[in-house]
Amino acid sequence: MTDTSAPLVTLEGVTKRYAAITALSEVDLTIRAGEAVCLAGENGSGKSTLIKVLVGVERPSAGRILFDGVPQTRLTPTAATRAGMQVIFQDFSLFPNLSVAENIAMTAERATGARLVHRRRARERAREVLDRIGVDLDLDARVERLPVAHKQLVAICRALAADARLIIMDEPTTALTEREVARLLDLIRRLKADGVAVLFVSHKLAEVLEVCEHVVVLRNGEKVADGPAETFDAASLTRAMTGRDVAETPPEPLDPSASDLLKVENLTKDGAFRDVSLTLRAGEVLGVAGLLGSGRTSLAKALFGLATPDSGRVTLDGTDVPLGDPIAAAGAGIGYVPEDRLTEGLFLEQSIARNIAVGRLEAHASGGVLNLRDLWEEAAEWLKRLSVKAPDPQAPVRSLSGGNQQRVVLARWMARQPRVLILNGPSVGVDVGSKAEIHAIISDLAARGLGVIVISDDLPELLGTCHRILVMKAGVITDEVAGGEGITEDDLSHRLAS
Amino acid sequence: MSRILHSTEGRLALITIVVFVLMAALSPERFLSPQNLTSMAFQFPEFAILALAVAVAMLTGGIDLSVVGAANLSAVVAALFMANVVGADGGAGMVALAFVMALCVGLVAGLFNGVLVATLGLPPILATLGSGLIFTGFAIAMTGGSAVMGLPSAAAWIGNGTILWIPVPLVVFALLAAALGWLMSRTSFGLKTRMFGANPLAARYAAMDTGAVLIKLYALCGMLSAVAGFIVMSRANSAKADYGSSYLLLAVLIAVLGGVNPYGGYGRIIGVVLAVLSMQFLSSGLNLLGVTNFAREMIWGALLIAVMLINTLAKRRTS
Repeated sequence: MTDTSAPLVTLEGVTKRYAAITALSEVDLTIRAGEAVCLAGENGSGKSTLIKVLVGVERPSAGRILFDGVPQTRLTPTAATRAGMQVIFQDFSLFPNLSVAENIAMTAERATGARLVHRRRARERAREVLDRIGVDLDLDARVERLPVAHKQLVAICRALAADARLIIMDEPTTALTEREVARLLDLIRRLKADGVAVLFVSHKLAEVLEVCEHVVVLRNGEKVADGPAETFDAASLTRAMTGRDVAETPPEPLDPSASDLLKVENLTKDGAFRDVSLTLRAGEVLGVAGLLGSGRTSLAKALFGLATPDSGRVTLDGTDVPLGDPIAAAGAGIGYVPEDRLTEGLFLEQSIARNIAVGRLEAHASGGVLNLRDLWEEAAEWLKRLSVKAPDPQAPVRSLSGGNQQRVVLARWMARQPRVLILNGPSVGVDVGSKAEIHAIISDLAARGLGVIVISDDLPELLGTCHRILVMKAGVITDEVAGGEGITEDDLSHRLAS
Repeated sequence: MSRILHSTEGRLALITIVVFVLMAALSPERFLSPQNLTSMAFQFPEFAILALAVAVAMLTGGIDLSVVGAANLSAVVAALFMANVVGADGGAGMVALAFVMALCVGLVAGLFNGVLVATLGLPPILATLGSGLIFTGFAIAMTGGSAVMGLPSAAAWIGNGTILWIPVPLVVFALLAAALGWLMSRTSFGLKTRMFGANPLAARYAAMDTGAVLIKLYALCGMLSAVAGFIVMSRANSAKADYGSSYLLLAVLIAVLGGVNPYGGYGRIIGVVLAVLSMQFLSSGLNLLGVTNFAREMIWGALLIAVMLINTLAKRRTS
């Protein structure tokens, strides 16, 4: 069946430049009603810019956007919503303290221009939408009490209640178990039959391929692949996204006589993780794999003192590490490279040199007075050692690429010469080349006798860099596997999400 | 030229010069008269020092609204000591002792703020609004609300004296500004203050001793306030719980005008100094032109918004 009517959404040569950076370069994209399109790309490939342009948050520097064949010259978020464009973000942007019905009806009610909230009408509208997609949810339940998969349903329903014609789903599967993904796919099929188009945006899309008609791959802001979904599989998607095969740096085999370095005993924090015990040996790279919400980040924060566990014990070389105190943890020799580099890791407007030196200002000062030359020289040395391509250590760290920014955070901790380094998502938002180099740094750190904990949802990364991998599910460590050749990615992925 | 206009301080320097030239052109013989220049030099240091205190608090992304309260409380304690213990014929040594007492009161007031903000985690704007009222309340309780008079004549020197024809308050302000500029740019404390202001979360994740930094910083604000309070007391030859109540707004205004980012992380002392000068030129000039006080406050407000607008637009253009 060929559809001769104008496509729902057409992008023609859309380009978006931010100052010197080209985030999107002449991207064409067509989405028809009732079609599911998969937009794949690594972090920083231009996916989010494309969403922003599509829903009118950002104006393209060049190119055209057409809805139903009509060019949109001054597209605003309001106009895009009116045209039926709805985005479901990874965090769903729901109101946690409101009920399911209120959340579903909220945007739709606002769109009618009504200033008052009609409780009964809200319920009716929510019920209609739920019936339409054949889902049953308790309308009065408070959204914060719902499991992740149900929150996602509420977000989808809210989009539908606002007469969505295209639902854009950002990273829809990161927090879902296998069974929940299957249910989501069923729902997508029903939506498509209903004439609603879906755009999946993600860096891990293999699992949604089967419901998609069409796959578009972005890399560095350019469209590098575009074709029917049948012609792609997980491997070819990855190759298209990354542009090359990543050379892994497997760690040196662990010295069997290596001593125990970090010991965690029965660490428990209510609502986050329970009864976690682990031992990290000197020179060992230990992976922690878990889905979003599995407690992996809470555990990392607790080890670095950013959260206070309810009970349990952490010892380093047999000495107790005080819990809930990052300064004490750092003093004991634990370092933490956080998950969200931009908000937790970096001082974006401050210089590269300052971002590196901030971890050990005392070492650059005598009597509180900074030796600025010493500080700059050391920063420059680290930049060279970690081959950061930075024009000037005095430039704001914001001006660096993701991979180089991550190396700045790494340099800050390496300068402190920690005994244990915890890396949470070390290669999130980092280009492929940098990713391989960061893995090489990890392997080098381990070879120097550091204990390294790598927390990641990037399974090939864990398999490629770790001696051992712990699987974390619902706050509990459920499994332990050997890294490297010991287990396949599919097998590990199954253990995580089953 | 465009480089000058690109930095906040460059623009501010230009504005300061323009205001000065404009006022000099509008009433040359009066604005440029030695009397006017001298009186300006005696007038501004007291609120300029308060502006320095607000500015350093703003560097952390916080604010200190208790500066005037702390200044008056410190001055009242010092004045009560001089009037009741020392007496009218006390010498310079006793005045110095009173000054140290004022500094101690400022220090304690600042530590109190620091504990509220850093240890108890209260929002600085509310914590210092409350503590400012408490400080004023203490000062009222100690004085019954009336002015403390009968200070030794030696106490007048710090507010009214000159060193080589330069007014003492101006010298004090210049020394404090220079010291703060150095402290904020050349010491690990100053750098930590900025880094904390730029991103408090990242500071915590970098294992910075954020609590200690904040407590020291608010203590510093309290001591700066005490110095300002002492100068006010010396110039007025008395201390009172509610002197300089219009100074708080002025101090905040100058700090923002001086290019200190109210969200923290950016600001230079030189900017605050330039902002003080342009405000003083403007206010003296308008005064000489016969503009009423009410209109002057309106012009200050308009100036504040205009400068913030220019800064915001300039930032948008570069990003």
